[in-house]
Amino acid sequence: MFIGAIGCEPLQLRRVNLENSASLDVYRRNRGYEALRRVLDGMSPEDVIAEVKKSALRGRGGAGFPTGMKWGFVPKDSPKARYVVCNADESEPGTFKDRYLMERDPHMLIEGMLIAAYALGARTNYIYTRGEYRYLIEIMDRALDEAREAGLLGEKILGTDFNCEIYTHSGAGAYICGEETALLNSLEGLRGHPRMKPPFPAVAGLYGCPTVVNNVETLTAVPDIILMGGEAWQKLGTEKSGGTKLWSVSGHVNRPGVYELPMGYDDMEKFIHEDCGGMLGGRKLKAVIPGGSSVYIMPASDIEGKDVRMDYEGLVAAGSMVGSGGFIVMDETVDVFESTKNLTEFYKHESCGWCTPCREGTDWLVKVFKRIEAGEGRPDDAQLLLDIVDNIEGKSFCPLGDAASWPIQSAIKKFPEDFRRKVANGGGAVHPKEGLPTA
Amino acid sequence: MSQQFTPNNPLPQEAKVPQEMAVFSPEVEAEVERHLAKYPVRRSAILPLMFIVQRERGGYLDPPGVAYLADRLGVRITDIWEVATFYSMINTEPVGRYHLQVCKTLSCKIMGAGRVTEQCTRRLGIKPGQTTEDGMFSLSEVECLGSCGTAPMMQIGFDYYENLTAEKVDEIIDRCQSGELPNGVR
Repeated sequence: MFIGAIGCEPLQLRRVNLENSASLDVYRRNRGYEALRRVLDGMSPEDVIAEVKKSALRGRGGAGFPTGMKWGFVPKDSPKARYVVCNADESEPGTFKDRYLMERDPHMLIEGMLIAAYALGARTNYIYTRGEYRYLIEIMDRALDEAREAGLLGEKILGTDFNCEIYTHSGAGAYICGEETALLNSLEGLRGHPRMKPPFPAVAGLYGCPTVVNNVETLTAVPDIILMGGEAWQKLGTEKSGGTKLWSVSGHVNRPGVYELPMGYDDMEKFIHEDCGGMLGGRKLKAVIPGGSSVYIMPASDIEGKDVRMDYEGLVAAGSMVGSGGFIVMDETVDVFESTKNLTEFYKHESCGWCTPCREGTDWLVKVFKRIEAGEGRPDDAQLLLDIVDNIEGKSFCPLGDAASWPIQSAIKKFPEDFRRKVANGGGAVHPKEGLPTA
Repeated sequence: MSQQFTPNNPLPQEAKVPQEMAVFSPEVEAEVERHLAKYPVRRSAILPLMFIVQRERGGYLDPPGVAYLADRLGVRITDIWEVATFYSMINTEPVGRYHLQVCKTLSCKIMGAGRVTEQCTRRLGIKPGQTTEDGMFSLSEVECLGSCGTAPMMQIGFDYYENLTAEKVDEIIDRCQSGELPNGVR
């Protein structure tokens, strides 16, 4: 599977293909922990936050919230403990970039967390990793041990007064625990239901203390922001979307994998048809979900011949979002009714059950899809789906309700024929079945 | 064949206070202590401890295991069940020695996940949600495992098996049956 950079020199991915890339030795021979040393040698916490603000780094988990601003919300004078929690719960369908960052370059995450902890006054920090990524927890624990032994973690780091610990923590199979407040409830040992915001975690988070929850890819960007300076890092991308972004490419392309692109790479069509090796079997592109399952689906006609710019503003202008960068490519064999049903089932399974609109709404949506599939569809079913979704979007306790709504809204809007045909044909497959590739 | 529970369903066990408490070796207790030491609040260790108890008690949280957890963490039996029933990787019912978890979400689906599940059913005679009579295999369809670039794929225990074909599925099941693959829950 491909892991590398297109359109720029690899930055986050510059060590991933080296032999023993996960080892401290290889990390240090490639500027590893230089940023931490620079921070501890002469930067104040305020200096660090200022660099991150200049970088225009935005949360890479999917929400895209400006990271410097989030760090700035932590009160400077609170007597409570502070926590940095790394969100490694990567569960957004189509997304698998954090996995390879942790597998191939765990020290980059450790260094990023140490710098964040220094900036925020945090002494004990956690990497909340999805339970299915057990092998990554083992890799990360080994890297943390290496760092401890080398005086880079624990007491008196690099001979300074900076004390800081990082522990791994395992989730146990719940997409909702990728939502930062549900993650905190889970980390406290509770069911993973989200919390009301405000208060925001920066003020009252883990154990009621100021907490910053950041995605893996957000934290791994921090060492380079320190090494290059925030402004230089931002200039790799665009004004409002700084730096580089990892895109997890899957589906009907010849070369799926993890791609590092400069923010603002301005040719999504070229990305699909050239950089990712073009379409499997030379078939026609039908649709792309560019940012993980929750973002609006894009028909080929919104991409081909359209110069779509791959950054936050560019994708919104093109009718979708960057999200987590989970880039799912679908060709003409895909029935968008079925793909949307598949995602709706995902949200129904993953709904935490706390609030009525999402719990009852996602369940009802799946029932409608199943009824249509069983041949009992009605002509106004598309409108029924939109009506149900209208009672979920913006009315649920957390964004999972919105995430369940957007695929349906966009699929019905952009692919009404796939829904109409499914109802008219009395359910059943209307496209050739997707095949299992041999060997 | 037994049905496997799904999260947010009622507890399949009878909701009585367990009469005995599980006892573990010094090595396992040391492992438990290491996890408890990571957090300022004991209850935070509930998931790491559940995985340990699950591993030691044959792949699920049986009543003595639940009693142990409640005691160790200083919470009630109902608190343990409350958390256990939320998370899909925590089993409150026995599972087969080899739990074949086939990813069914979109990228895997369009790359042939259905054929992987069909091949498992053909070989083992069970459908998703079921366990073989001899307790060796359970089959589940699970949601996105973060392996979309190497789709279709499945997880057995904690191990990923990627870029699957019908032939590879056969080979993997053969290796399970010959005892060559490690047991699921490590």
